[in-house]
Amino acid sequence: MRKLWFHPCGNFSNRYEQEITIFETDFGRAAALLGMVVLFTLVPFMTGPYVLYVINIIGITSIAAIGLNILVGFTGQISLGHGAFVGVGAYAAAIMATSLSFPFWIAVPVAGLVTALVGMVFGMPSVRLKGLYLTIATLAGQFIIEYILVHWESLTRGTMGIILPSASILGITIEGDRSFFFVIFISLIAMTYIASNIMRTRYGRAFIAIRDNDRAAEGMGIPIFRYKLLAFGVSSFYAGVAGALLAFYLISISTEPFNLGLSVEYLAMVIIGGMGNIAGSVFGATFITVLNEVLRWLTDFLMNAGILEGFQLNVAPLRELVFGAAIVLFILFEPRGLAEVWRIIRSSFRLWPFSY
Amino acid sequence: MEFFIQLLVNGISIGFLYGLAAMGFVMIFKSSSVLNFAHGELLAAGAFIFLTLVTWAKVPVFFAFLVTLAGSFILGFIVERLFLRPLIGEPLIYVIMLTVGLASIFKGLMLLIWGGNLYIYPDFLPSNLSIQWGNIHIPPVYVVAIIIGLFFLTLFGLFFKYSSQGIYMRSVADNQTASLSLGVNVRRVFALSWAIAALVAGMSGIVLGIINGINVHDLSSVGLKVFPVVILGGLDSIGGAIIGGLIIGLLETFTGGYLDPSLRDVIPYIALVFILMVKPYGLFGLVEIERV
Repeated sequence: MRKLWFHPCGNFSNRYEQEITIFETDFGRAAALLGMVVLFTLVPFMTGPYVLYVINIIGITSIAAIGLNILVGFTGQISLGHGAFVGVGAYAAAIMATSLSFPFWIAVPVAGLVTALVGMVFGMPSVRLKGLYLTIATLAGQFIIEYILVHWESLTRGTMGIILPSASILGITIEGDRSFFFVIFISLIAMTYIASNIMRTRYGRAFIAIRDNDRAAEGMGIPIFRYKLLAFGVSSFYAGVAGALLAFYLISISTEPFNLGLSVEYLAMVIIGGMGNIAGSVFGATFITVLNEVLRWLTDFLMNAGILEGFQLNVAPLRELVFGAAIVLFILFEPRGLAEVWRIIRSSFRLWPFSY
Repeated sequence: MEFFIQLLVNGISIGFLYGLAAMGFVMIFKSSSVLNFAHGELLAAGAFIFLTLVTWAKVPVFFAFLVTLAGSFILGFIVERLFLRPLIGEPLIYVIMLTVGLASIFKGLMLLIWGGNLYIYPDFLPSNLSIQWGNIHIPPVYVVAIIIGLFFLTLFGLFFKYSSQGIYMRSVADNQTASLSLGVNVRRVFALSWAIAALVAGMSGIVLGIINGINVHDLSSVGLKVFPVVILGGLDSIGGAIIGGLIIGLLETFTGGYLDPSLRDVIPYIALVFILMVKPYGLFGLVEIERV
């Protein structure tokens, strides 16, 4: 019989199982279940279409951000090509849904697999390269993929974009924000579940070993290259699934959004959320998406209020400025991200009133 | 044949500019091992300061040039002081992302102040600098680019070889701990290398602005083209930056001229992947050997 207990005041784990457990107490597990129930029963029915749209986008970006966190936060391989991988996923899904008329529930995972393959190809330089050099190689990958997406016109229809048919699962058509909410968030929960469990297995531990010291990891018998490739594959799989969901959700896709800016945005999410923390990726994705929407709203408001009449201000420069400032401030003042902020808040409650 | 030679000339001139831009980049990397993603924005900042001084404040060109160089120098110094110094010893990703964030901030600021329009400088270069050689015409800007490139290459060569600061910088690049214990002021070296790098960047921004016009987006994208150049030349070799710049410049113009103009922008990165696969430390870079 399990006992219900509260958090202890410190770290008193004395077995490895206690160290890798996901929910430290049964209250945590109950809270997570309750959160899910609230998420699925209240959120989609109590929000307006715009808020629901933002929440859906947060869900999709969270999937991609978790993927990047596996690569950057856990394996320590910095990638500047994640935005392009999301694009590959989106295009793979779109091409499968139009030319090959695959159904939705096959197209999404297959798009993930295709992207995983592409990601592994672009992870190949990690045989010989690490650190800065690998980052530059992924930067080249970003530009090359972008070029292929625009110029392989027979396949991707170039700058015209592709319009997708509506998605359906088991004869039920998925249309509109509300039904997509369920699809997106069920996928997000499944992907989060998989990611947190990969990190508890030997694969996850190998990733972390490579991040902490790759030479020591190799000395301990971890085939580094194979695991780095695996990390690239898993991370790109997440990107591909996110891209495929995005393509089906937005109905039409073009090459424009999948540029270097998007890759940088994903890296920012991982850093702002907290590296090496699955929940942190979700925080980071929420932060950046909400920041974008707030800035758009703010510039609209200022324009309408007539304060900036003579300035010809549009959203781009303000967005760049605030986005950059957010990254810089987080790195300088809270490099472990929102996940750490959340942990500090929780532990100060836990130790109240006797914290020191 | 004429077409070939014209392309050759264009390629060499553009290559010198890339090399010049890459030189500042290598400078920072050599002393503090920081990969500067905000280099294109430093270029653009120099170009815009010069533009404001020349067209708005009506400062004579020569003084405007000097003031711009001084301004860029101070800008580099401030950036190092405020943002990079707290991160000494932090993991690589934080440093990279910090420069990415800085790039974003600079870009946003410049867009707020000057907007996304294309500006051009008033014509101030004397036209007798241009070289007419049969049917081949070299515009004055390209001549200036080559002269500036050669001038600064020699200047830096001498600086690193003979001046005490240059020797300090080389020693810090070689072994930070050892130079600290021998009494080298490592912080000053970092600050100085950022300041000099920003100065060189500002200058190449001015020259690029004369050729292509001044636009925030165009100039900051040059900062990304620096990567193939420095990888080809070797991340820590100043001379390699110039040679890498020449090769990438030629590659770009010849691809644009003979193959497909749309391939022009992506060919440096394709070359980059090949170089990384075959010779990761570039032509003149320091090879790090590690064995397990």
